[in-house]
Amino acid sequence: MTKSRKVASVVAVLLIGGAVAAFEIAWRPAIAAIDPPAPQSFDAALVKRGRDLAAIGNCTTCHTVRGGKDFAGGLPVPTPFGTIFSSNITPDPETGIGRWPEAAFRRAMRSGVDRNGQHLYPTFPYDHFTNVTDEDDQALYAYLMTREPVRAPAPDNQLPFPLDQRFVIAGWKLLFLRRGTYQPDPTRSAEWNRGDYLVEGLAHCGACHTPRNALGAERSSAAFAGGDVDYWHAPAINAQSPAPVPWDADALFAYLRYGWHPDHGVARGPMALVVSNLTEVPDRDVRAIATYMAGVFGAPPPDRKRRGDEVLAQTKSPAAQASNTNTAGAAIYAAACATCHETGRPLPYGGVNLALSTAISSPDARNAANIVLSGVRPVEGERSPIMPGFASSMNDGQVVALLNYLRARFSDKPAWTGVEKTIETARRTQTVFMQTSPEPYNVPVDPTQREKP
Amino acid sequence: MMTLKVNGRDHQVDAEPDTPLLYVLRDDLKLNAAKFGCGLGQCGACTVIVDGKAVLSCVTPLLLLEGKQVTTLEGLGTIEAPAPIQRAFMEEQAAQCGYCIAGMMMRAQALLQKNAKPTDGEIRSELEPHLCRCGTHMRILRAVHRAVRLMDTANAAPLTERSTQ
Repeated sequence: MTKSRKVASVVAVLLIGGAVAAFEIAWRPAIAAIDPPAPQSFDAALVKRGRDLAAIGNCTTCHTVRGGKDFAGGLPVPTPFGTIFSSNITPDPETGIGRWPEAAFRRAMRSGVDRNGQHLYPTFPYDHFTNVTDEDDQALYAYLMTREPVRAPAPDNQLPFPLDQRFVIAGWKLLFLRRGTYQPDPTRSAEWNRGDYLVEGLAHCGACHTPRNALGAERSSAAFAGGDVDYWHAPAINAQSPAPVPWDADALFAYLRYGWHPDHGVARGPMALVVSNLTEVPDRDVRAIATYMAGVFGAPPPDRKRRGDEVLAQTKSPAAQASNTNTAGAAIYAAACATCHETGRPLPYGGVNLALSTAISSPDARNAANIVLSGVRPVEGERSPIMPGFASSMNDGQVVALLNYLRARFSDKPAWTGVEKTIETARRTQTVFMQTSPEPYNVPVDPTQREKP
Repeated sequence: MMTLKVNGRDHQVDAEPDTPLLYVLRDDLKLNAAKFGCGLGQCGACTVIVDGKAVLSCVTPLLLLEGKQVTTLEGLGTIEAPAPIQRAFMEEQAAQCGYCIAGMMMRAQALLQKNAKPTDGEIRSELEPHLCRCGTHMRILRAVHRAVRLMDTANAAPLTERSTQ
């Protein structure tokens, strides 16, 4: 054998070996289809438990598009790589999961593979759902399989080559999908462990609140340090939280339970949907999440605590005159904002004092711009927070002046940069968000809904 | 004193800069089409058009309107020569008590100026922030569809803009 032939054989062996290995990694068998099980075949108590779990998992928010049927999918999810459309998870046999046996559902939750053996994009947060127990998967399956079947094929994803090739996802999983990231800690309370299980698993808080790396995976070294979702900034919910008043377990519980807290303001944007879903969840689970997350925030260092106390005291004293009322931003604030935000009318129907606002203290102006432009829409048939949007009545220059003023007056942080660009983006993207995302439907808590199947 | 451009005319307005546009329109300029409903920007009765966009005049302070063009229902047409949107609402008898109708017409007008052929879904989602307590929604929707057809054959621009063309 000549030298070149030897090299060629080695290369060939490596290529074949590589292909076999890649096949091993990427290939998943199909799981045989079943006839859709009759809804009556599921235990009612199990279905009810699945309902609570689905609410914690926020499933409906991504798997429902505005104007569409619940769980029928079709929501465009913008990612840095392209747009991915959520799938239909109603029990429709053709376009939903009606022909999926429970094992296929469990495999999808555990490792992001559909019944046919096709890899699912990690927009479906199986990096968290892999932590969900078999019992909980069983309840979720029972709940979803007893929903109304809706015929609705998911639109094709808009992804460039090679990301539209699903074997690429197998490589992503090899790098980033870790099983067993949740382990109970016997030294902690049962409540804390329950919170840990929910937060790291089904509730997948980190999917929005943890920053992602260049390949779209959560950076585990920066857990809860603030991320992006649907053109909003999901603020840091760890020690780096920009909240002017530090969060504690009681405040977190109230916020998650009612959608607002007097020292922090109201949930809006994608978080409004999260609290809308959580209204159906029993107190004990919300309390567990609050307890666990309070530990993630950590006790505030003395200087942060002092600043929080100062801000609270200042918002409770008669409104101090703004130092630079002659600027355009100050005048706009006084005329258009202070009439609600400084009346002292209690939340959620009055405006929060903006010195307490996380949006104003956040690293960029995105959330503040989104809210000023689009407002807070009322929840149909509920008493809920409201704010008119100013997109049509303020031009870009006026919004810039206002945001810069709010930042200077109501936070102790340096001025935002690129506010003009933020506003331009917010005008464009909020139009999309408001038209596609489902609306919050259930806030504040309506206890009469709790025990309904 | 500031200059407010309403329906193609400049008005000298003697009001504080934080005065809501609605108060100036009704109290100073005697343009009473826009109504005070909730005062919180939640019902749509006070809607007027500012630079082509529907704006809630009850939560829009004067100081935001420097150099902008305000159009009220009075600027679209008259009793003798109603604008297509007004004719359409009359022909469909879309008003019951009528309190919300000026706001409905102004938002519909703003929609049709930027989108001459809206779908039913687009009309519904555009008018969604407007409340009507009488329940004439189906007639209102029919009126907007009728306005689309009328505008196909008529000049849709407000009277004031027509006269300057």
